[in-house]
Amino acid sequence: MKNFLGCVFLAVIGLVLAACSQSPAISETDAQTHGNGATDTETVEDLDTHLNILYWQEPSTLNPFLSGGTKDIEAASMILEPLANYDENAKMVPTLAVEIPSQENGGINDDYTSITWKLRPDVVWSDGTPFTADDVVFTWQYCTHEEFGCSVSNYFTDVESVTAVDPHTVRIVFTRTTPHPYGPFVGSLVPIIQKEQFKDCLGLRAQECTEQNFGPIGTGPFKVKEFRANDVVHYVANESYREEGKPFFRTATIKAGGDATSAARAVLETGEFDYAWNLQVEPEILDNMTKAGKGRILFGFGSLVERIIVNLTNADSSLGPDRRSQYLDGTNPHPFLSELAVRKALSLAIDRSVLVETGYGDGGRPTCNVVVLPEEYYSDANEECKTQDIEGAKKLLDDAGWVPGRDGIREKDGIRLSILYQTSTNSVRQGNQAFIKQMWDQIGVETELRNIDGSVFFGGDAASPDTYYKFFADVQMYTSNFDGEDPTQYLRGWRCSEMPNPDKSWVGSNIPRACSEEYDNLVEKLSMVADREERIEIVKTLNDMVVQNYWEIPLVHRARVSAATNSLMGVELNGWDSELWNVENWHR
Amino acid sequence: MALNVRNEQALHSARIHPSPWMIVWVAIRSHKGALVGAGVFAFIILAVTIGPILYTVDPQVPDVSIRNLSPSLAHPFGTDNLGRDMLAQVLSGGRIAIAVGFTAMVLSLVVGTAVGVLAGYFKWLDGPLMRLTDLFLALPLLPLLLVIIMLFRDTLRAAFGPEMGIFFLIVFVIGITSWMQTARIVRGETLAVKEREFVLAATSVGTSGMRIVFRHILPNILSPVMVSATLGIANAIITESTLSFLGLGFPPDFPTWGRLLFDGANFISITPVRVLWPGLAISLTVLSINYIGDALRDAVDPRVRNE
Repeated sequence: MKNFLGCVFLAVIGLVLAACSQSPAISETDAQTHGNGATDTETVEDLDTHLNILYWQEPSTLNPFLSGGTKDIEAASMILEPLANYDENAKMVPTLAVEIPSQENGGINDDYTSITWKLRPDVVWSDGTPFTADDVVFTWQYCTHEEFGCSVSNYFTDVESVTAVDPHTVRIVFTRTTPHPYGPFVGSLVPIIQKEQFKDCLGLRAQECTEQNFGPIGTGPFKVKEFRANDVVHYVANESYREEGKPFFRTATIKAGGDATSAARAVLETGEFDYAWNLQVEPEILDNMTKAGKGRILFGFGSLVERIIVNLTNADSSLGPDRRSQYLDGTNPHPFLSELAVRKALSLAIDRSVLVETGYGDGGRPTCNVVVLPEEYYSDANEECKTQDIEGAKKLLDDAGWVPGRDGIREKDGIRLSILYQTSTNSVRQGNQAFIKQMWDQIGVETELRNIDGSVFFGGDAASPDTYYKFFADVQMYTSNFDGEDPTQYLRGWRCSEMPNPDKSWVGSNIPRACSEEYDNLVEKLSMVADREERIEIVKTLNDMVVQNYWEIPLVHRARVSAATNSLMGVELNGWDSELWNVENWHR
Repeated sequence: MALNVRNEQALHSARIHPSPWMIVWVAIRSHKGALVGAGVFAFIILAVTIGPILYTVDPQVPDVSIRNLSPSLAHPFGTDNLGRDMLAQVLSGGRIAIAVGFTAMVLSLVVGTAVGVLAGYFKWLDGPLMRLTDLFLALPLLPLLLVIIMLFRDTLRAAFGPEMGIFFLIVFVIGITSWMQTARIVRGETLAVKEREFVLAATSVGTSGMRIVFRHILPNILSPVMVSATLGIANAIITESTLSFLGLGFPPDFPTWGRLLFDGANFISITPVRVLWPGLAISLTVLSINYIGDALRDAVDPRVRNE
């Protein structure tokens, strides 16, 4: 507290100084603070061959199976590789495999129950030993060990067996028809670990293997030199990397700490870092920083959609913990949000372009769908929501019998349209909240805003009332997406059985608590159908059901936003895989 | 602070008719800093009480067409990145900041002084009360807040509405977590003062314990209490902003000085005035209260008054 008080005074004094000597006075001080953190690496490493990356969220482990955190997965993706990666257009590209298996090349059998991967024969681990099919089999055994809480175990739920046909061929057999059999070992979430190194780390021992988890041996372009949890990762180039002359950088560092704004500043204004990640900062701040001419902003559009989730169950605080925000076979509906007209009016009243302009800039586009990319899955049926229609919204509410009361707030049968609207603490989200509150005010809906610290809101602690799973509010806002290019698993999330409730420790993906038998049947069909055209049609229909029933109100199709210094070349910001997926091609 | 001759006379007359307000007034008049401080503070109080009545712009309504404006006639303090008027926000934020600051300060001061004096004066209470103080000092603030908010937020929200409910909660939380320093200082001072000859004399003529505390001990330990009080207000304003930032405080569209400062910090290179106004407001309030506190101490502390 006292420090903060000091800051207040310093800020005032600083401003007075700035008024006398223009604003650089302030950015210089900032530069010094950041510079101190980086000096130890910069003095040792040659700048031309050293890559300096800033991840403001701290990587806590380099074993992606122990953590679902993007920061950990991406830090590990410089070392560990999967069989195939997704490129920036969501197309699969072989990494450790020779080619992507398909029915045409015989890699997938006729009834879609097995997939056979051919591995590259020339790959060696960074310790010089050859990479073989045994490592792939071991990775499956490691992750699916019953005493181990593997972060990506859902990728293996339908896997019956993984076997090594020969040292360079792996066959994965599924328990059921799997039209999209590319879940296991594709993308940075599910890389291959070395059997020799991890063979004693199965099950309960996984957490104890600190040496392995902090310094995995990989096949990727870099290997770990030093890892300090929640602080810094030093990498050196892997001499045994399969591509001659790569990576172009000989050493690399991922430094952690700070926040999104200071990370952006370190790349764009002061230029002491080459690359910074996840910059959800107001667009005008980023624009202003790029004026310094040191770096550029990169956008990578994937499947991220910022949306409002509507609570279809009653979240009233007067209800006991055994009823609040629970479906209870439909006996506990929300007093007014269970009415389609109200949900639709809320969506109509929102001017999505204002949200994009003030919060996302070029890093966002208004959207009316929950499945936005890959393009073939995009449904054209919902475009009208992109234009705000206050009159239309009012009419909808009038027709449904919701009339303005004395204070202008609409009511019916003594129920007022008063909404508690929660989201995580983030200045962009609070800005959007303020605008949406004003827009809903125009149609006679009262809104109370609440913001919750992100670590609590997304934390999933079953004891906290403030998690997005519990949803003790009427509407809430956050971003959700799916991994890879296939939305099946994502769409399965809205099945009736996926609702969070106390029996499941409040974990589940059907956050709006929507339940439709028709939807469930169609999703089931999607997991069976192999024909591509038919799959696309089903995905579009499912998307339309989610958005036309207004279980969720899509707002903004968001890009990943990162910054790179001008001299850094070869970066292809990828919305589908690790941002460092092609780090071997980065150069100056 | 030595008093000049004119004030000495005024004080003399004040002693004949010893009204405490007279003493305060004379003390402030004789203290240049306090005079300025009182003026500034009166201005701030006036501005935040009648300001929003005269300047009727709604501080919560965003307008996308007037974002990030520098000060102008239409928007004397400029606008923020959502097009909300800064003057309106600073004025309405000041109401809440000063209300929270004062109420929380009074609460922590009353609790802290009571615990400190009791522990210092009554030997048998010293152990238990000071261990209680240690206990509170050792409590981790953030988890405690989370628990309190979790337990009482919805109840208070239902009873008093989202804003008043949170107001009571925040005042209570800040008050209850910031009295310990005051208690320790007051206890130390009490221990020193109660061994002094005049207390001994008072005891020897049979003055009751309560009367000694109020008549002799409290006036003599007023200076550290005053310092605690002024720092307490500043502390409370800042704590409120931290709570808001963590999402435990007021709703996010509800402007308070601390929140305005936090929100403005990222925009310092685009609209520097955005942090200037709330920063200046907090600094001026704290500084002016400090000066008034200083003068007040001079007036009431017998050690200084008798010089």
